[in-house]
Amino acid sequence: MASSTSSDLTLSVNGEKYTLTVDHRTTLLDALRERLDLTGTKKGCDQGQCGACTVLVDGRRSVACLQLAVAAEGHEITTVEGVADGDRLHPVQQAFLDLDGFQCGYCTPGQICSAVAVIEEHAAGWPSAATADLRPEAGPPPLTPEEIRERMSGNLCRCGAYMSIVQAVARAAEANGAAA
Amino acid sequence: MREFGYHRAYDVTGAVALLDGDTDARFLGGGTNLVDLMKTGVERPATLVDVRELPLNRIESTPDGGLRIGATVTNSDLAAHPEVRRRYPVLAQAVLAGASGQLRNMATVGGNLLQRTRCGYFTDVDSPCNKRDPGSGCPALTGEHHNHAILGASGHCVATHPSDMGVALTALDARVSYETADGPGELPIADLYLPVGKTPHRETALPQGALITAVTLPPTPTAANSRYRKVRERASYAFAIGSVAAALDLRDGTVHDVRLAFGAVASRPWRAYAAERILTGAPAGADTFVAAADAELTAARPLPRNGYKVTLMRNLVVAVLSELAEEAAR
Repeated sequence: MASSTSSDLTLSVNGEKYTLTVDHRTTLLDALRERLDLTGTKKGCDQGQCGACTVLVDGRRSVACLQLAVAAEGHEITTVEGVADGDRLHPVQQAFLDLDGFQCGYCTPGQICSAVAVIEEHAAGWPSAATADLRPEAGPPPLTPEEIRERMSGNLCRCGAYMSIVQAVARAAEANGAAA
Repeated sequence: MREFGYHRAYDVTGAVALLDGDTDARFLGGGTNLVDLMKTGVERPATLVDVRELPLNRIESTPDGGLRIGATVTNSDLAAHPEVRRRYPVLAQAVLAGASGQLRNMATVGGNLLQRTRCGYFTDVDSPCNKRDPGSGCPALTGEHHNHAILGASGHCVATHPSDMGVALTALDARVSYETADGPGELPIADLYLPVGKTPHRETALPQGALITAVTLPPTPTAANSRYRKVRERASYAFAIGSVAAALDLRDGTVHDVRLAFGAVASRPWRAYAAERILTGAPAGADTFVAAADAELTAARPLPRNGYKVTLMRNLVVAVLSELAEEAAR
């Protein structure tokens, strides 16, 4: 099957529309950073193992390094540049600042996007591998440090700022109404 | 990465027609395995047919009381579904034990079943590998094989299937529906994966160009008392070194019905039929559970550096069955 190896497409990122031509090999991560100049999203392993490139696709956290840009057309992408409400930081961002949820900061955009989604997933009643009682009748489990660590396990931090990250996620979740 | 054409399919017939049985084309689901393999050059498709937009993202009860899971349902939606959690907890647990929150949001049920082994020789294009390059040899036999197969392997390949979900689906006797240009078909999951033998590069019994459309779970009251336990080298976000999916129905202290499947020990999710035969009708207890595990594991042929898996699986079977027996007695 002979077919074109590039496409014209429109990406919807943080509420803005961007029209560009991409080689199909371009990942969403490279399109964001190299073509749209949205460098908040970071490239770590580029193999889906570290979580540094975590963005929200239609509100769901995904790794942008394993998503092809051409396959992202038609979906709403939110990067770390788009989680704040204007000049007002997202509660997760504020909690990371207040509690030192980072050291070098390289993994932080991915940690923040992931945490924003973790809080929403938990509020929606999604269980995790740390959840003892999976029955829907049991309701969302308390968002204990063990739950947060399990739910955030797709985001690695080489500085090892995990203690503060867990505290920051817990504080932001509390602000959102979750019981610890 | 090789250049490739990209087509997005919106209906099943269109997807199958776009792929057209082309051995150089691949269906793209969540991409969590395929895109990674394309980056490393293990997969070099000329064409991708994106099937994520197909209307196959629903989970529906079947008239007989089972569950039909569309092939593009994400791992996240599967594990969060109330009926899966209520009726098939082993499946929800298996899915939640795999990958990370990000990857579970992307990965699909169909793609999960067709993901490739994580054997380091398979994923390294500079190494020989009979699965990737038939006839080139298997360095794992004498090399790094601490997490390789102990059951059903051959002298040609000792790679394991990495899926957690598939282990639960195997314990639950799931049926896999697919579509081809010649019409639909269905396979019991026990027949989906081919024996390794001399042809480890031939992995499934699906016809060329077939698209998995759904996975159907039969009604399984036994599954209400079920669990998945996974042993791995770190607490989260790692592949199994051994896992067990089990369901147990006890009547007056005797095993009335049991389902048992193993993960990370074979080229496919391994249904433990020999163990189930020992268990069925026997009194529930440690002696029975040990005898059942041993009956299954007599077929184990460990390599020099993965013999620990035999002991690990034996202990895992006894622990999980004991937990389920305790649960059933409540």
